[in-house]
Amino acid sequence: MALTNEFIQQKLTEKFGDQLTDWHTPYGMLTFTAPKELNLKVLQYLYDDVELRFQFLTDLQAVHYPNRKGAELAIVYHLHNLIDNVRIRFKIFTGIEKPDVFSATALYQSANFMERETYDFYGVNFVGHPNLIRILNVEEMDYFPMRKEFPLEDQTRIDKDDEMFGR
Amino acid sequence: MSDHILLPEGSIEKQTTTLNLGPTHPATHGVFQNILELDGERIMRSTSTVGYIHRAFEKIAERRPLYQITPLTDRLNYCSSPINNMGWHITCEKLLNLSLPKRVDYLRVIIMELARISDHLICNSIVGVDSGAYSGFLYLMQYRELIYEIYEEICGSRLTTNIGRIGGFERNFTNTAFEKLEKFLKEYPKQLKEFENLFTRNRIFMDRTIGCGPIPAERALNYGFTGPNLRAAGVDYDVRVHTPYSSYEDFDFIIPVGKTGDCYDRFLVRNEEMWQSLSIIEQAYQKVQEFKGADAEVYHADAPAYYLPQKKDVYTKMEALIYHFKIIMGETDIPAGEVYSSVEGANGELGFYLISDGGRTPYRLHFRRPCFIYYQAFEELVKGGMLSDAVITMSSLNLIAGEMDA
Repeated sequence: MALTNEFIQQKLTEKFGDQLTDWHTPYGMLTFTAPKELNLKVLQYLYDDVELRFQFLTDLQAVHYPNRKGAELAIVYHLHNLIDNVRIRFKIFTGIEKPDVFSATALYQSANFMERETYDFYGVNFVGHPNLIRILNVEEMDYFPMRKEFPLEDQTRIDKDDEMFGR
Repeated sequence: MSDHILLPEGSIEKQTTTLNLGPTHPATHGVFQNILELDGERIMRSTSTVGYIHRAFEKIAERRPLYQITPLTDRLNYCSSPINNMGWHITCEKLLNLSLPKRVDYLRVIIMELARISDHLICNSIVGVDSGAYSGFLYLMQYRELIYEIYEEICGSRLTTNIGRIGGFERNFTNTAFEKLEKFLKEYPKQLKEFENLFTRNRIFMDRTIGCGPIPAERALNYGFTGPNLRAAGVDYDVRVHTPYSSYEDFDFIIPVGKTGDCYDRFLVRNEEMWQSLSIIEQAYQKVQEFKGADAEVYHADAPAYYLPQKKDVYTKMEALIYHFKIIMGETDIPAGEVYSSVEGANGELGFYLISDGGRTPYRLHFRRPCFIYYQAFEELVKGGMLSDAVITMSSLNLIAGEMDA
């Protein structure tokens, strides 16, 4: 039986009940949100279940939503079942004051650099990571540059004096 | 492999050497550092450092309209920029729900496969150089030059190509481009055959690479390997087949797989992929030639709001002028949405994760760079091996600094 999005959703709902929310499928990829304490449990269940078999971590990154109070940082996991060729995505949200999230390095070796990168740019503290230090930026940096409070210059600003285009 | 003597911590006889391989070392072929702890010539431990050419592309992309992000993608894997460009265009087209004419797809396939050949050709001949055989490199390099001339004919530049646009190409392929392509298809197989004759069953080369830096399939998957390096370990995962994009489902090709994931297997897989790419290019070129008359002039989709109009139209037509202005000034809002799209880059699955909140620029853009992810395994690959094996493992993994750092 082909692994359909409905089936995956059903299996996960059976296991975790109402804790998984916000189910939708943008551009065909099943997406849901899990509570941040459950991220490892969800990953482990998706990995171990004989029918789901999501055993390949494609990508892991964070997104900063400064307007969501108490859940400013989203960590997004992209998983891939290589046997049935299905991809899913799930997110966890954490507050920016204490961005502690469990590390997936015990399950996926590949999460090591990806989590370091996420820490480097967003300051997500992955609890249980063996070597959570900056990876692309210099060690002395004391802020997390991809957060939205560090904007680049707005290209649409209109206070520039430019006779040709008025901007 | 690991038959070296481990001396206890603090032992007086402990005489290990710390060696910095990189950041600027001829053997790294890029700016990244490996701090190796050596016992004689055996590697006991290694630490990898990346980030020397980090350019904050993801941050910059948050302030740029879609078409201005293409030049950023050039600089990821700069040995095969056209694949990155196409991957980015395909992501945008997926977000915008554009469907492309078949001819555009086939032209893109030609360009992407040429890029794959140019990338594999560099990697494999560099493996040759690092194992002491320089001539293969010299002979194959001429053909990279020819591939670059084809790019030049199509988009005007060679290394960082910025080729194509959202919705197609900026201009139709010229006859010169097709002539050069024919020349390439005619001459390259001969050269590649010669290259293979030099290496594949060469006793010295085989002794040098077999069993060097191996990785079993399940470790490779756990480390997030994709592309030729994963296939060399024996997993037949290829984005072109698993999630076909750009009409790859119309082509016949096989996915070569290795067995042990060592340097020799990686070399063989890349060589075979070059042959497959040649066959794909031939098929695509044949399909392109089947378009006659007005169909043969199609080189972009009809998407005026996103596809930059021809310059001569901008000067003569009102509508084209308006669209030109709106696109260049970035005044076209992109639809809100969340999309992940990936292409088979020369090193593996090159993914683009794009979140748009409906503004003029992406809200968040993340590049899944295959190099960055599989570089983590380097430590495990070289542990217990010789220093010279580390060098050859590094070049056969095809580590591209631009792709690691983004």
